[in-house]
Parts: sequence; C-alpha cells; structure tokens
Amino acid sequence: MSRRVGIEVSLAVAEAVGLCDVDVIAAYPITPQTHIVEHLSELVAEGHLDAEFIPVESEHSAMSACVGSSAAGARTFTSTSSQGYALMSEICYIASTLRLPIVMAVANRAISAPISIWNDHADLMYARDAGWIQLVSENGQEAVDLTFMAFRIAEDKRVSLPVQVNLDGFIMSHVIEPIFLPDAQEVKQFLPPFEPLLRLDPEKPITIGPVGMPDVYTEARKAHDEILKASKPIIGEVFDEFEKQFGRRYKIIETYKIEDAETVIVAMGSLSQTAATAIDAMRQRGVKVGMASIRLFRPFPAAELVEAIGKAKNLVLLDRATVFAGGEISGPVALEVKSALFDRGLSPKTANFLVGIGGRDVTGQNFEEMVERVVTAQKGDLPPYEFINVRE
Amino acid sequence: MVEIRFHGRGGQGAVTSAELTALAAIEEGKFGQAFPSFGPERRGAPVMAFVRVSDTPIVTREKVYQPDIVIVLDPTLLKIVNVEDGLKDGGIVILNTPKSADQVRGESGIKARLAVVDGTKIAVETMRVPIANTTMLGALVKATGLIKMECLQGPIKHRFGPIAEKNLKACSRAFDETQLVEG
Repeated sequence: MSRRVGIEVSLAVAEAVGLCDVDVIAAYPITPQTHIVEHLSELVAEGHLDAEFIPVESEHSAMSACVGSSAAGARTFTSTSSQGYALMSEICYIASTLRLPIVMAVANRAISAPISIWNDHADLMYARDAGWIQLVSENGQEAVDLTFMAFRIAEDKRVSLPVQVNLDGFIMSHVIEPIFLPDAQEVKQFLPPFEPLLRLDPEKPITIGPVGMPDVYTEARKAHDEILKASKPIIGEVFDEFEKQFGRRYKIIETYKIEDAETVIVAMGSLSQTAATAIDAMRQRGVKVGMASIRLFRPFPAAELVEAIGKAKNLVLLDRATVFAGGEISGPVALEVKSALFDRGLSPKTANFLVGIGGRDVTGQNFEEMVERVVTAQKGDLPPYEFINVRE
Repeated sequence: MVEIRFHGRGGQGAVTSAELTALAAIEEGKFGQAFPSFGPERRGAPVMAFVRVSDTPIVTREKVYQPDIVIVLDPTLLKIVNVEDGLKDGGIVILNTPKSADQVRGESGIKARLAVVDGTKIAVETMRVPIANTTMLGALVKATGLIKMECLQGPIKHRFGPIAEKNLKACSRAFDETQLVEG
C-alpha cells in the first residue's frame, strides 16, 4: 500500500531508489543534490538497503564506477548537479553508447561562473547530446514516480540506455511536500529484476568498449541514435504500465487547458507549476491561454509536441538556461520547438524568454507579462530570445 | 491557501520551523509546502523560510511575497528587516520577544495584528538552549489555529528523537503564554 508522507523531495527520491532495490550507488555529493546521496548512504549504513555504496573521490570516478558496475550486471544509480555533471560528462558519453542502463537523478543547477549553487537548466542542456534519455519532473511526486519508471525504461532490453531524472535544484530538491510512496512489493511488481543484454563475466570473457575504427564508428553512432529513437514508444508504454498499477497518468508532453488556447506556454520542469496558477488567473479574465510541458527532452518528442501546440496562434517558449548563440537564434528548448514546427510547415508567432537563470525567482506575474508580450507584439518584431526579470 | 514567512538568523532553526509546520499540515491530511530562501547558510545572518498550507494541492513554486502570517524568531531582526513587508490586510506578526505587545508596537511601529511570547525564555527554561524555533510553533497554533498541536507531535518526535519531549513541552508552554493584540 502506498502511504502519504510529508517529506523533502530529495529524501523521497532516495527512498524511491531504495525501493528499486539498487545494487550499486556510486556518487559524490554536490549541492543541491547532496541530500539524495546522503540519505542513500544512510539507508545503506543502517541496513535498510542491501547495496554497495561507493563513496568515490569525484564525479568522474562516480560515473566510471557506474559503468563498471552496470556492465557487471548490477542495478546502478548515481546523482549529480552542475559542475559535478561537467566533471563526469566524459564518461556519460561512454555509458550511453555502451548501452548501460544506469539511472541518474540530476538536481538541476546553474554552471559557474559566477559560482551559483542555484537552479537553472544549464546542466540539463550540457547533458543534451550525451545520448541519454532525459526525463523531466515538475514536482516531488513526479520525481519519485519517474525514478521507478527510469529503471524500468533503462533496463528494458529494447532500450538498454542510461536515463536521467531531472528535478529542479532547491525549487524541488529542498522542498517539503506530500508524496505517495509505494511499498517495496508494489515496486517489485512494477520493476522486474535487471537482466543485462551482455554482462562482464570472468567465466565468459567479452570486451565492452573497444576502439571503433572508421569502418565501424559511424555504424556504432547510428545504432545508438536508432535505439534512442526506438525508445520513445517504449517510454510511452512504461508510462501506461505505471498508470495501470499506480493510477497516476504521465504523458511525454503534458498539457494544461490547451484545447481552446490561442496562446500556449511551452515549459519544462517546475516552471509549469507556477505557470499553471498564472494560467488559471488569466483564464478568469477571459485570456485563452494554455500550456504544454516537456516531460521528455531526449529523445525529443517533436510529433507529440506539435500535436499539442500546432493550432496555437501564439507561443511563449521558455528556456531556463543561457546559450551563447549570438542573439540571432533562440534558446535550446525554443530551437527544438521551432525546428519541429518548421519541419511541419507551421510558423506561429513565437517569443522565447530566458527565465529563472541561476536561481532568479519566476513569479505568476512574470508569466502574465510574457503572455501579454507575445499577444501584443507584431510577428516580425519579436527577437529570437530575450531575458526577462533582469535589472538593467 | 495560507502563506507564512519565517524570519530568523542562521542557526536559530527557521527552516526547521517551516518544515515542521508543513509536516503538521500534511499529517492532518491537508497540503503543505515548506522551503528555505535558498541562500548560503551563515550562522547569525538573517534568513527566511516559507510555508504554504492549503486544503487543495499547492501548485505554485514562487516565493511567498504576500504572507498571511509572519513569524519572527529573533527580536533584533526588527531593526534591520521590515517584517511587515507584503503582509496581507488582516495578517498577523508572531514575535519572539520579552516585551509586551504594546511596547513592541510603540518601538517598532508594527501596525498589523500582533502575537507575542518570550520564546527564548521558555526555550532556555525548558530545553536549556536559547533556540526558540519549536517553541514559536506553539505561538503559531495559539494565534492562528492553522495547524493542530497534536499534528505537530509526530513530526517533532521524528525530527528531535530523545529531545522531542522537551521541545513539545516548550511548544505547549508557548501556546499558554502567547498574547494576542488586534491591529
């Protein structure tokens, strides 16, 4: 039976990882992910979780240990943020092409400089091209549920890829809220034992990760790309299976009051929560506004997104990371959205806002201002992107 | 939805107070959300923490800008922080102070409804530490009824283990000794 508990989201994520009965956790603490790793080390030390906890000396070592343990057939978890991701990123690219189903929680944080421990999506974007599946949660319950689903997606033999569960640092990781935690039996029923495609075994030696000469490298990359593409329907299947067992519905693109919306906000992560309250307020005044939020960033669900937003006249595209693209093209989320629309011959009026950078609060009022801006501007007058909420 | 802002200094337990308030609301079956102001935690520096309590799911994630309730754990903050900033009409300031409500009103110029209790004295006498965070939750219960004393017991026991009883005693004494003055 699930129980409803008041708990800090980080601790709930650690509890969820424990309920998945992981074999190996190799992680290094970094703000704002620290409480996830701390609580897992407590669960192991106090005997609640029978797992190997490897307190490595850096994130580079964390992911290296994860590659080894996953290749040996162990269910493996790690977690990081920001600079930690930057340090481990070299090995992240290896983990994915080696098809190792590691699950990693990323408590999203800005990247230095200036030094910032606060939230934005710089690390999520840094990880974009590493060939992982990237799931994004919007509240504590989703961070927990997506952790269960991440292991099931990762370990599905048709996928066998590493999966990131992104949760906004501080805005989610350090918040106490009510969360339903299932019991171990329920999770066991949902998540079958891990059976790797291949296993490092001294009795039956194989090589994993040798050199790829020019005659095979392209094929290896294409194979990786194909499998990432093929993972999308399986992710949808796992969402369906989760709903059947736990009753909570997840979609690759979530929507809110979008049916008759003339203006649609496209958000990712916890921004969607405050946006929903602003949408309610604007709807009361008769503004036809709705939202699509991106649950899956890699592989990017262009078809599902366009299906959701294709009829909108105006789009507010939100990015929570800076890109140094020179001002003539949009931010990273907006680029994906525009590319998806362009490929289908659609060109609604769009405005791209960089918001919530390095811990700047994003208020309901901000959403109302952004909607107002896109509604009132002439189509040709909107720049490729603009910062809001900035002191000039 | 009721929104609360806690003011304290690093080390006085403002974040813990906020968390316990949300946990008590959740224990009662309501919805609660607690979060710190996410600054670097420096002992002695002014800090804030925020709580929302509601009968329906809490969706917003912005900071609390217009609280219904402000709780001040350290009276010296009145000189450097405008604790009434953004306080809603009809809102209340709950203050840890050895002074009477009239004296506080005269000296600080606070116009809102006011609840005062000498939380530090109670904390020292009950727990032998000058940390009034759980003590002030007794004042919150008395002044607003937002959360229930019995729903604080579980979260305080879970958080404080062997010293939970003393915390609960301080909390209950603050409930008895809190004085309310209309604005």
